[in-house]
Amino acid sequence: MTPNPMSDAAFTLTLALLILAPLAIAGVALINTGLGRSRSAAQALLGNLAILAVTAIVFALVGAALTGNLPGTAGGAGHTFQLAGKSWNWLGAAPFMLGGLGSAPPQSQLALLFEFMAVAFAAMVPWGSGADRWRLMAGCAAAAVLAALVFPLLAHWVWTGGWLAQLGVNFGLGAGFVDPGGAATVHVLGGLSALAVIWIAGPRKGKFPKEGFATALPGHNAVYILFGCLLALVGWLAWNVAGAILWLHAPLASLAVTAVNTLLSAAGAVAVTFAVTQVRFGKPDASLCANGWLAGLVASSACAALLSPGEALFVGLLAGIATPLLVELLELAVSIDDPSGAITVHAAGGILGLLAAGIFSSQPGQLVAQLVGIAALLGLVLPLVYLLFWLLNRLVPFRVDPDGERIGMDLHELGGGAYPEFVIHRDESYR
Amino acid sequence: MKYAGLLVMPAGFFLSIAALLLFPSPAPRAAFVVCGLAVEGLGLAVAVRGHMEARGGSRS
Repeated sequence: MTPNPMSDAAFTLTLALLILAPLAIAGVALINTGLGRSRSAAQALLGNLAILAVTAIVFALVGAALTGNLPGTAGGAGHTFQLAGKSWNWLGAAPFMLGGLGSAPPQSQLALLFEFMAVAFAAMVPWGSGADRWRLMAGCAAAAVLAALVFPLLAHWVWTGGWLAQLGVNFGLGAGFVDPGGAATVHVLGGLSALAVIWIAGPRKGKFPKEGFATALPGHNAVYILFGCLLALVGWLAWNVAGAILWLHAPLASLAVTAVNTLLSAAGAVAVTFAVTQVRFGKPDASLCANGWLAGLVASSACAALLSPGEALFVGLLAGIATPLLVELLELAVSIDDPSGAITVHAAGGILGLLAAGIFSSQPGQLVAQLVGIAALLGLVLPLVYLLFWLLNRLVPFRVDPDGERIGMDLHELGGGAYPEFVIHRDESYR
Repeated sequence: MKYAGLLVMPAGFFLSIAALLLFPSPAPRAAFVVCGLAVEGLGLAVAVRGHMEARGGSRS
């Protein structure tokens, strides 16, 4: 896959957008911190910073080479095998430690910058789901595993000429698997990793008592949660538009539609979640509305650059209906303790967006390409991540000891709380 | 039971890949890809069920 040469205007715009894109990461970090407990707030935010640092270093040393963006190829370079007369490009083959970055074409350099942020975002998603019991060291180790191996594998398949991207060329399936905003590589990967973490670390103490229903453990700061949503919107607009330029080579004239679609998807989702929670509980639920907003944004990552505004709004409406119902289903019926709702928001929202990109496409075979990509995520990536995390848990135990969980992650891991002047409430579940 | 479910999921993926290789015409290809996804869904359901049983034995 040889990219079209990038104009100076497109380069400048994409660089500016990529500088704004981390606001999506900041927004989600703030939301996840607000959804956790006050006694773990500092550890939660420090964890996000640490994960950002670990993923940047590990991705620079190892991951970027396996992703295969450099040097100067923007795809195509990779390890391949032949099966049934087709070439299957399954792993990137670029120099380690960012060799050749300086001499790479501008588009490859920007693609690499995009991937740096994507890998940090993907590794941050499960951190929110492990809130209040996942040790900082274990979270960093898991982030390193994702940055070194799993993300590069998936990003190569999707973005840099891997077998999923080549489904169109090899099998006539539309344009191959498309994911310009990272719905698969960031959000579904992050959401499935969250599921693996929750399975391994288990629920928070007192979440599922021996008798009766699951205990509600509400987030500690609704202002963080809702302000995080606004912050995330800015980052997401930048993220989706930059992705459209980099991975779809979208013309500058089409970019405003991508931004409008992103906004409409989020708006439709939050409006419906607001209505569903109003009907269900008698009052709108702030944290579920935030989850609905995020689910709309996540769904837009896959399809904002590909749909019409009406279709994007419809996708948002679906995300908004599914989010509160799925959050409740996972907690009450399936005993999954996911404080940040990452499985619903990121995994389910991402899959919805990927499906929409196929359903609304006019190209024959596009839906099948999207289904094959989803099959790879569920059938290969989830078992692989679970296996790697299961092994990692043997080396670096994920779960904090019971005493640490009782006093809170801030005191236990950092030696001080996020709100030293506040009175910390006694936890009824420990009586 | 959780591990059995996680082992079934790659089988569904390989069924989807086999569909690409074995069926050149769009309709059976799409049908078998969907079947592969259904097998993955089955594996996920078994894994979730295994998780629930494990949780049932260690509720706090």
